[in-house]
Amino acid sequence: MRWGLLALTLAFLAYPLILTNPFYQDAGALVLLAAISASAWNIVGGYAGQISVGHAMFYGAGAYLPLLLYQHWHLPPLLGVPLAIAVSLGLALVVGFPTFRLQGHYFSMATLAVAELIRIVVSNWELLGAAIGLQGPAVSPNWWDLTFRSAVPYYYIFLAVLALLLAVTWYMEQSRLGYCLRAIRAGERAAKSLGVPVRRYKLYALMLSAAFTSLAGSLYAFKTGFVDPDSGLGILVSVQMIIVAALGGTGTLVGPLLGAVILVPLQTATNTWFGGGGAGLTFIVYGGIIVLIARFEPGGLMELWHRLTAPRTRRSPAPRHAA
Amino acid sequence: MILLQVIVGGLLLGAVYALLSSGLTLIWGMMNFINFAHGEFVMIGMYVAFVIVVALGVGPSIFGLAAAIGLFILGVAIYFALIRAVMRGPILAQILSTFGLALLLRYTAFWIFSPNFVTLPQSSLTGTINLGGILLNVAQLVAGVVAAALTLALHLLLTRTAVGSQLLAVAADRQAAMLMGIRPDRMQALAWGLSAASAGIAGALMAISYPFSPAVGETFALTAFVVVTLGGFGSVPGALLAGLLVGLIQALSAYYFGPVYKDVIVYGLFVALLWLRPQGLLGTA
Repeated sequence: MRWGLLALTLAFLAYPLILTNPFYQDAGALVLLAAISASAWNIVGGYAGQISVGHAMFYGAGAYLPLLLYQHWHLPPLLGVPLAIAVSLGLALVVGFPTFRLQGHYFSMATLAVAELIRIVVSNWELLGAAIGLQGPAVSPNWWDLTFRSAVPYYYIFLAVLALLLAVTWYMEQSRLGYCLRAIRAGERAAKSLGVPVRRYKLYALMLSAAFTSLAGSLYAFKTGFVDPDSGLGILVSVQMIIVAALGGTGTLVGPLLGAVILVPLQTATNTWFGGGGAGLTFIVYGGIIVLIARFEPGGLMELWHRLTAPRTRRSPAPRHAA
Repeated sequence: MILLQVIVGGLLLGAVYALLSSGLTLIWGMMNFINFAHGEFVMIGMYVAFVIVVALGVGPSIFGLAAAIGLFILGVAIYFALIRAVMRGPILAQILSTFGLALLLRYTAFWIFSPNFVTLPQSSLTGTINLGGILLNVAQLVAGVVAAALTLALHLLLTRTAVGSQLLAVAADRQAAMLMGIRPDRMQALAWGLSAASAGIAGALMAISYPFSPAVGETFALTAFVVVTLGGFGSVPGALLAGLLVGLIQALSAYYFGPVYKDVIVYGLFVALLWLRPQGLLGTA
């Protein structure tokens, strides 16, 4: 296990040095970015079992605020990062506080409604670029603008953030919060009867998740130097986090990373093959994959792997939920 | 006078919201299940109307019926193929199954019909009538009245017939209903059929007078969430009242703040409602 972790770390560190083609370096950065946002979603969607279908609101806050500071007031975009995290925490409270005393469905519906509300407002708000979007700085000599020509610096920044996020998640797994969140996911009423402060812990999970999702959005904005309502707040942003986490395995540490490593290269490849016309097709395929995962393998690839590799005596019957 | 006209128009559209939301509330009340693809059922109802009008040139009574039958079959099929398996699984599977289904249906429609808005070719329901100084579009009037009548019919079906009692029995206690010789599977499939059919008719009714595109489903799903939450868990009369209210609020906010913000205000209302009164206007506990 320890050797596997070491090998994995080395592989990720060496990747852009071995594959020096800029196309592959860029794809590597995109994989890491998808892994960051899906891992962030996983904290509340996987560990706490509260399914957000509107995480684009946090991602969008993270992407918009740094570029807003730069475009209108020529402030360093980096200043926007803590600001965006603060806004995301506020949004998390607005959505989570009322819905976390109710059943799980209400939270999902509220995330969808608030994300769509924000998308409509931003699409019509001149200050935020309305439908056109915001631009970041051109490549500049100031390192704190975080604008680089090559994808390699972004790759290593993303890798560092992912490592931090996975370390935080790993620490959370071992902590009281992690155990309580899993208890909540397994049975909210049972957890409550054992004295778990259910609502407060769900809120903690959402806020932690929102902060990292916002950071992912900021990283995206630094890398592309541009954001518009579709790329920052569109439904595909939320869908991408869900599908990457669900494919790999929700509620597991490395599931989202696994999902990103499989899905993002596939997506890059289909976009290259089908050109711009592939966007609609991507949604159809994503929708189909999400339905199939929900129907046949809600635990994702991680659970499938554990079931296939478990010793025969301990192998539990396949979890068929059918009546 | 313009204000009065806005109010009447809002109430007529609100009756259609009531019809499509009563389908959502039926599933929610019966199975404690939220269908994120409900708006896509409305959208498919619109395109069934579109295809039939373009191909056969028939009137609203025919394509309304076709949308009802087509969506009923789709609802039952989705229940047996997908919902029956996921409804006892983890909540993750429940939410993701219909959320994925919504994407699949929406973007398949994108692919078939292109993302552009379309309108039905000229319909038999044209013209306006003057009702004491209020000018009413005949198509909207018919849509509103038919939708309100069908919502009431669904309520009567649930409360006054043997089938309705069986549906409510399964909703109240699945085990006990089974002991009484009711097959819960059949009843739940029927509920999905009725739910999808009501969404499909609502779509066909709106298609007569409004332009639509494959992306409209999300707006209708969110509107239905607001209506159902406002009207209270599983209550068809609540959905009727709340549907009229939401239609009215939308019409007034479009009138006062501009059409862009009519949905923003309704979604904002939803969040406010979750803060203040999540059990709905008529609900208790």
